[in-house]
Amino acid sequence: MSRIAATFARLSGQKALIPYITAGDPHPDLTVELMHGLVDAGADIIELGVPFSDPMADGPVIQRAAERALAHNVSLRDVLKMVAEFRKTNTDTPVVLMGYLNPVVAMGYTEFARAAHAAGVDGVLSVDCPPEESEELATELEAQGIDPIFLLAPTTPEARIVEIARHARGYVYYVSLKGVTGAANLDIADVGRKIARLREHIALPIGVGFGIRDAETARAIAGVADAVVVGSRLVQEIEAATPETARERLTRLVAELKSAIR
Amino acid sequence: MDRYDLPDAHGHFGPYGGVYVAETLMAALAELNEEYARAKADPAFWQEYHYELKHYVGRPSPIYHAKRLSEKLGGAQIYLKREDLNHTGAHKVNNTIGQALLARRMGKKRVIAETGAGQHGVASATVAARYGMECVVYMGAEDVKRQAPNVYRMKLLGATVVPVESGTKTLKDALNEAMRDWVSNVDNTFYILGTAAGPHPYPMLVRDFQTVIGEESKVQMPEMIGRQPDVVVACVGGGSNAIGMFYPYIDVPGVRIVGVEAGGDGIETGRHAAPLSVGTPGVLHGFKSYLMQDENGQVSGTHSVSAGLDYPGVGPEHSYLKDIGRAEYDAINDDEAMNAFHDLCHLEGIIPALESSHALAWAIKHAPTMDKDKVILVNLSGRGDKDINTVAALSGITL
Ligand SMILES: Cc1ncc(COP(=O)(O)O)c(C=O)c1O
Repeated sequence: MSRIAATFARLSGQKALIPYITAGDPHPDLTVELMHGLVDAGADIIELGVPFSDPMADGPVIQRAAERALAHNVSLRDVLKMVAEFRKTNTDTPVVLMGYLNPVVAMGYTEFARAAHAAGVDGVLSVDCPPEESEELATELEAQGIDPIFLLAPTTPEARIVEIARHARGYVYYVSLKGVTGAANLDIADVGRKIARLREHIALPIGVGFGIRDAETARAIAGVADAVVVGSRLVQEIEAATPETARERLTRLVAELKSAIR
Repeated sequence: MDRYDLPDAHGHFGPYGGVYVAETLMAALAELNEEYARAKADPAFWQEYHYELKHYVGRPSPIYHAKRLSEKLGGAQIYLKREDLNHTGAHKVNNTIGQALLARRMGKKRVIAETGAGQHGVASATVAARYGMECVVYMGAEDVKRQAPNVYRMKLLGATVVPVESGTKTLKDALNEAMRDWVSNVDNTFYILGTAAGPHPYPMLVRDFQTVIGEESKVQMPEMIGRQPDVVVACVGGGSNAIGMFYPYIDVPGVRIVGVEAGGDGIETGRHAAPLSVGTPGVLHGFKSYLMQDENGQVSGTHSVSAGLDYPGVGPEHSYLKDIGRAEYDAINDDEAMNAFHDLCHLEGIIPALESSHALAWAIKHAPTMDKDKVILVNLSGRGDKDINTVAALSGITL
């Protein structure tokens, strides 16, 4: 069983917490430590952002995180090294890379899939690679036992839900609002209705992200979804911290979110 | 060769193009694609489009024989397709009228646009005023500075101009920000994309709205010289004026097709905007195409004296035309473009846009090597009034 499937099996109905941080933010030397901190505070799966020069789907908070990481020239290869380092002492917590397609194109799909498997990556979510364009990459990933993770959106029509369900592995990621990461217009009742509709076609666990900013919204989302993804709010915490206080501030918030969704 | 008929149903030009966007936009793009298919098959749509081009834009734009310039060069004859004479001063309006008519068909009351030189922003603000729509234009903060007259023109036309401070503060970042706006306001907003790039169906529909340039030329050249030109040449930023000129000539044998990218300080310096000359295939802004990027797939910063060419990517159809060898792509440096700019001012009484000056410079460079009975048709994509501050500054003058 994959680490992702094993994680959801172990939770057996309890809700998963999936924190997102950008690799290399605030400094590449801190990322592995922060990942361990997330796990200690209750993270069930880690979404690790791969910095990209043109993060079209991200709001200002995650844009700035990418800029901080890129100031240290953090590359996709560097991110894979961080995952490999993390795996030396953690063999259970799934790591999902989240980012944009171009760095993967530049590395080459075959080489990337092999290297990601060797590093211990469990899933890959390319924000700008919908199922229509994903066949080649998904084939390479699956050959290495890595789950291609796909997004669903409030705008996704029924027929596409069915189609995406066919391609999705691991879990699906429902984008809770029309907007970029970090937006603040989350409508929980609407998310609940949409998730119910998704479940008619999707057997995989459903995670919900974008716009979850505090324990209260996390709890509400946990009421309707299988996993709660929190990104911008955590990145904000890192941004406000010093390198010395980043781990502590991050883990305090993650622990709070975790207890909220229990 | 079979008749050239691309893109395929999924927006692919060979390995290029496609729809590489976040899921939230997929439905909007499908909707746009469907509506465009309906409009395309609707004679009333084209009737209105051509009525607007004739009575509002002032088409057809003439072709002008630049005799004094040609004589001075002593080689091939240079003809200019005068897109600079269009209402708003560039080819961009051909496309914004088409897209605004689509927006109206789709019931969208708010339009957004990205702009580099400001010409597409002005053309978008213009049609928004013309059809009574709200208009927001995203423009890199760097470009806001160097294209100040156009920023004010957009404001006069009632548009909101948003300076974009992220990344390199130029056209690519303006595009990122426009996409972010679109994702956030997808229900009521139509994104008027300014060049033959972006996710499908944009490269196709922008091309279709710009082919009026080449279609007219194909009729006008035989009227003037009894045949088609030997070479057609256009500058390539995202590639819309170029594909508009090239597309109708793809199936015409014997016509050489040349696209000119911005060589900036020189290709060898790395400070340029010439993805077709030295880039590698990649994915940015919703499509696959040649791209300026580093070995890790991060998009490179670009440089060009002309804001409208200062873009690290290029429309997917140009990548395809390059690979199959039907079009060739070359680069012209800032100083060569500046010289061409001044030549046209002095010899022909025409102030060209700095973008168009790149295509002109290519013709000036190559005409002397060709016989006098050869003909180069240059797409003069825009006028240079917007650039006078930049040109003055380069000459050490403050206006
Ligand atoms: C006059 C003019 N020509 C050319 C361009 C480049 O765009 P494209 O390559 O899409 O024609 C611009 C863009 O701003 C422009 O203003």
